Amino acid sequence: MKKENFLLSATKTGLVGGAIAIFLCLIGMVEIFNKRDVIQGIVTLGQFVWLATAVGAGYTASQQTSHLLNGKKPAQNLTAGALAGFFSAALTAFLVWLGSQTDLRAIFINASPALYELLTFGKGLAGLPQLLIIGIISGIVGATFTLLPKAVQRPLLHALMMLIFMALFSGIFRVVMINQGNKWETLAKSIFSQTGLTQLGGWIFILGTIAISVFWSNRGEAVKASMARMPSKGKLSLRILVFLIIAVIALGLPQVSGPFIAQVIVIISLYILMGLGLNITLGFAGLLDLGFVAFFAVGAYTVGLLTSYGPFGLQHISFWVAVPIAVLVSMAFGAFLGLPVLGVRGDYLAIATLGFGEIIRLLAGSDFLAGYFGGPQGVIGIQKPCLGVLEPFIKLDTPRICDGIEIGQGAADHFLAGPGGIYYLAIISALLIAFVAWRLRESRLGRAWMAIREDEDVAEALGVNLIQTKLLAYILGAAFAGLGGAIFSVLIGSIFASSMQLLVSINVVALLVVGGMGSIPGVIVGAIALIGLPELLREVSEFRYLIYGTVLIVMMLAKPEGLWPSQATKRELHHETSAQGGD
Amino acid sequence: MRATFSERLVDLAVNIFLWGFRILIVAIIIIGTFFTIREGKYTSEQWIDFIVFGISQGSIYAMIALGYTMVYGILRMINFAHGDIFMTGAFGAYFTATWLTKAGFVDANPFLGLLIPILVAMAVSTLIAVLVERIAYRPLRGAPQLVPLISAIGASFFLEYAFRGFFGPGKYAYPPIKALEGTWEIFGIGILKVQVVVAISAFIMMALLYFVVMYTKIGKAMRAVSENKDTAALMGIDVNRIIVTTFAIGAALAGAAGVLFALVYRQVDFFMGFTPGVKAFTAAVLGGIGNIPGAMVGGLVLGVFESVGPSLFLEGLGITRAYQLKDAIAYTMLVMILLFRPQGILGERLSKQKA
Repeated sequence: MKKENFLLSATKTGLVGGAIAIFLCLIGMVEIFNKRDVIQGIVTLGQFVWLATAVGAGYTASQQTSHLLNGKKPAQNLTAGALAGFFSAALTAFLVWLGSQTDLRAIFINASPALYELLTFGKGLAGLPQLLIIGIISGIVGATFTLLPKAVQRPLLHALMMLIFMALFSGIFRVVMINQGNKWETLAKSIFSQTGLTQLGGWIFILGTIAISVFWSNRGEAVKASMARMPSKGKLSLRILVFLIIAVIALGLPQVSGPFIAQVIVIISLYILMGLGLNITLGFAGLLDLGFVAFFAVGAYTVGLLTSYGPFGLQHISFWVAVPIAVLVSMAFGAFLGLPVLGVRGDYLAIATLGFGEIIRLLAGSDFLAGYFGGPQGVIGIQKPCLGVLEPFIKLDTPRICDGIEIGQGAADHFLAGPGGIYYLAIISALLIAFVAWRLRESRLGRAWMAIREDEDVAEALGVNLIQTKLLAYILGAAFAGLGGAIFSVLIGSIFASSMQLLVSINVVALLVVGGMGSIPGVIVGAIALIGLPELLREVSEFRYLIYGTVLIVMMLAKPEGLWPSQATKRELHHETSAQGGD
Repeated sequence: MRATFSERLVDLAVNIFLWGFRILIVAIIIIGTFFTIREGKYTSEQWIDFIVFGISQGSIYAMIALGYTMVYGILRMINFAHGDIFMTGAFGAYFTATWLTKAGFVDANPFLGLLIPILVAMAVSTLIAVLVERIAYRPLRGAPQLVPLISAIGASFFLEYAFRGFFGPGKYAYPPIKALEGTWEIFGIGILKVQVVVAISAFIMMALLYFVVMYTKIGKAMRAVSENKDTAALMGIDVNRIIVTTFAIGAALAGAAGVLFALVYRQVDFFMGFTPGVKAFTAAVLGGIGNIPGAMVGGLVLGVFESVGPSLFLEGLGITRAYQLKDAIAYTMLVMILLFRPQGILGERLSKQKA
């Protein structure tokens, strides 16, 4: 087979890298990320993103060169890297030049003077040679990286990841640490700046991560081995210790971090609940439901209507009674929407359920049913739950006494009022449901679901009752989502049809895909990564759905089993590598 | 195999439920229509307005639906991003049309002022669709069915939010063409010029497509690939090239539809592709997916139903502001068709067997 000239291939790679760089500039990512420092005074996140395209181009070009020349040849590899880095930067330079000649802003709203200033280091067109040189250097850095031995590559990569992670979350760490008092405050201020890491902090994290990484790669096996040699009693107590530490952290977190982070964790937990629900229908039974938000809506509206003191409240019963009712109503809806689509398969099912989800949203938000669901105004004045479980359950239209405080209109100071209180409710529900989901997966029903996912016809031939099994998947999935909706309604205190968008369903599908379909830890990992990050980071939330889209495509191309796959899925998708140890 | 008693009971319940569902929908239609006509709230001219609007709207759906149908016919996959391909075309046309209008070209030369944005839109959509196919779909050919579908959902979101990043979340006002304002008197009834032009353009383009698919060599190859990929490859057809061509043709039609849509609604935004996309898919299913004339018929039927439905079925039932439920009618039709006649009006039965 004739092989391509490596210089040509490097040029192509460089142009692709450059195109990605231009894309990132024009959607505004470079400029918005520029407001956050990775290391104060040295590099901002925006510059970092741009550099990453050039370094990435150099890295890929060097890899391809090794492939084309059947081995590493430092001179050629570095040349290829430099070439790719140059072309990558050249496209950006072209963008800047074009912007100086014509007004690109008439079309691309992000082609602003601030972007050009950033890309030319404030020097106008005179800064372009500097940009090109930086591109070439980045390309060479990327190429050099491929030439390093694995033992050096890994610690560097870990340090880089740590740096980005710390820079992104510096604001949150800073606030939490400053809240802890004087000593912590000085420490926080020396490590974290207002917008990122200080130089000292940067070095601490880089060197610390490298040290740990090197230590682990040298001694990690020995540590693992000594763990394995530990007597079973010791192992058990170690596990209990780890569990206790996690539990203490989880319980104490809202006290330490303040309401904002608690609220974010509540939202993550709600998505974990929905994720676990969709995990049953999609992950276990393989039925893609794009109208999943409908069950969330049913749960939310049921609790809302049953407990609200607003104009649409039907009853004013306790939250603790309303929740089981909401879950039951959601289950009924699961059956109601599941029944018609029993015979529909594959992508048709996805579209049919999408239709259901949209119909529910349109009905809930229409003026036609506004007398019942509030229409566009929504249901407001939903009561917070309280712990007065022992009080008589139902007291119609009279002010209730909740933990010693009369609740009616304004009193919201009791235990479960704020996000810090709902936090415990959400966490406990998520844990409980995760346990239920785990037991379900191991049950006869769970195995029947997976049989359906693998092959419906074969499953039926083997005696799986399709109707019953599929219906149970819809019903139980709906129950979990309904519980999520119930907690959502008391968290926000009001529900609007407009918050029941298709986007919610897509969020859930995305987090499932990222975590690994059918995997329960995967749901948790996916929810933290996809829901937690954009909620915590304003810069990221701007590009939330763009990132979701990219993530969905990339995951399908590269790792369709997800980040934390269940054993079965992993085996299925990688027949030859099934011998590898896993979770 | 003998079913147990409980299984038969569940079966019976399911059947009763499905029949109840059918009867309910039919009852809504009949009772609603009866009361609406008895009340005589709308004059016959208004009904004709509804129908004309439905036809022009439906012909736009039909153009988008063709892309769904052709791709499904060949790959058995729903190109979820097709609605967003439609949106990209509309954006391409918007910038061209604004530029031409500012230069005074459109007023001087209304025909070219309509044609040039359409051509630009077709080019933009084609380019993007080919890229999407190359990056997000082709590597996944032969993977389990869910994998390309999820990738397509990803592509859809990527396109929407990339365009939001480029052009911002706001709505852009599509420049009106002066020559197309006002009405034409046809058979004594005033009909909006835009709607006539939209319907006629759509029909011309669909006729062109039909000609290409039925009477050219590439069309023959497309039909062969949709029958059986492996056999077609043995006959010397470059399957990959034909698949790309299919995407390109579908996208070109969607891009043109984007311009027509923008002409009717006078606005362009990054999310405009979603709802027409789902409705066009409904149209494709309605006509029988994989069936080209079916997509055209399906589009028209859906357009007219959606335009007449709220006033005809729902207002008779005493539902206020029924137009808010216009989309719900389309979605209900989608669900009904998928449940009760998945082969569509003209199509083969696909959803249960091949899918």
